[in-house]
Amino acid sequence: MGESERKYTTVSIPVQLYEKIKQRIEGTGFTSVSDYVTYVLREVLASLEEEEKEEVFSKEEEEKVKERLRALGYLD
Amino acid sequence: MLPRPHGGRLVNRVTPGKEKEAILAESKELPNINISKDTAVDLENIAYGVFSPLEGFMCQNDYISVLESLRLEDDTPWTIPVVLDVGREVLTEKGIKAGDTVTLAHNGKVIALLEVEDIYTFDKNVHAEKVFKTTDINHPGVVKTREMSNCLLGGKISFIQGVENPFEKYTLCPVETRILFRELGWKTVVGFQTRNAPHLGHEYVQKTALTFVDGLFINPVIGRKKKGDFRDEVILKAYEELIRNYYLKDKAVLAILRTEMRYAGPREAIFHAIIRKNFGCTHFIVGRDHAGVGNYYKPYEAQEIFNEFPDLGITPIFFKQFYYCRKCYGYVNERICPHNGDDIIPPSGTKIREMLIQGKTPPKEMMRPEVAEIILSFEKPFVE
Repeated sequence: MGESERKYTTVSIPVQLYEKIKQRIEGTGFTSVSDYVTYVLREVLASLEEEEKEEVFSKEEEEKVKERLRALGYLD
Repeated sequence: MLPRPHGGRLVNRVTPGKEKEAILAESKELPNINISKDTAVDLENIAYGVFSPLEGFMCQNDYISVLESLRLEDDTPWTIPVVLDVGREVLTEKGIKAGDTVTLAHNGKVIALLEVEDIYTFDKNVHAEKVFKTTDINHPGVVKTREMSNCLLGGKISFIQGVENPFEKYTLCPVETRILFRELGWKTVVGFQTRNAPHLGHEYVQKTALTFVDGLFINPVIGRKKKGDFRDEVILKAYEELIRNYYLKDKAVLAILRTEMRYAGPREAIFHAIIRKNFGCTHFIVGRDHAGVGNYYKPYEAQEIFNEFPDLGITPIFFKQFYYCRKCYGYVNERICPHNGDDIIPPSGTKIREMLIQGKTPPKEMMRPEVAEIILSFEKPFVE
């Protein structure tokens, strides 16, 4: 299981943007434009997901849970 | 707002009560695989969403992806393989193949069903090197890896019943903690991972973090540990005493995480953060040498690894070690205290342990007297 087994695909970006990123990552921990782009995209996706709504529980499930929490002393 | 569970939703692989009896009756016809207590407990973690988004044991694609890229095949951050190892001879003897459903039992009790999707072999040296960054047989994780059987089974599980849990009253699942945090009015929650009874260094790390969030979730790991670690009941009683005497009642919750320590340092720090995200924490404390053992990892390596995960969905809070400073008259750390040498008293875990073994109470600058008293009330406070 080596590096070669990691899966990658190609995405095109404008050459000017590529050059700009190349300059930006000089002297940082990023070793390639691909690494930086991957990082930024993951960050953007994560913040979008953050904005999505939290899941809700059914009333019945909630009541059952609260009952146990009260029995264990976690809730008054 | 509390974070969404890792992978987007809380996994629930618990078989509903009314279906259990029927499944148990039918399961007698199925091939059975005996599993360890550690595996049985982790089945429970999968079933109740503690390990969301995992729905079972990893198939080969996820396993390789986790080893190589520290992510599941779908790019979700995940750093510790969660696998089921079985001997080739067991598979041959019972004729188990991909596509079968088998029972997983511990001490004769059926814990869960497994839909076998994948059967594959793995290289123990590669596994150890990737997960623990060493193949040294003195590393407890390497020892465990070498003891594993040679085949791995992947697939979804259906949980039926758990093993005995002596700490039931401290056990909450993610649905419960999420509802609890909401009922307490907490919008931001910091998770604290520990395998130790608390000393003042821990307390000040927690309280410093708590200054900036609504609530503190103290979540000790309860399960197999190495020799010399505090016993589970000692950790819990010590924390109860600390909370009773020194914390605001509606600001701290103590509940356990039932899983074994892997001692995988940086990888385990990410794993621990993911679990706390599933419990509903927005923040996670990472101190010095998190989940480390010996000198296998650099002191702050477990903090540095978070740079690789901008999409983790939980915010790490990094701390340097806290210590008592005679000149500052209080608990400080090297970021805020200019003193050193004889002026500082670090709450050394090793020193505290040595004193407790000798039946002595550690200095009050290291450990709360009430906590020390509780620990000393146990005949054997440490794992032997």
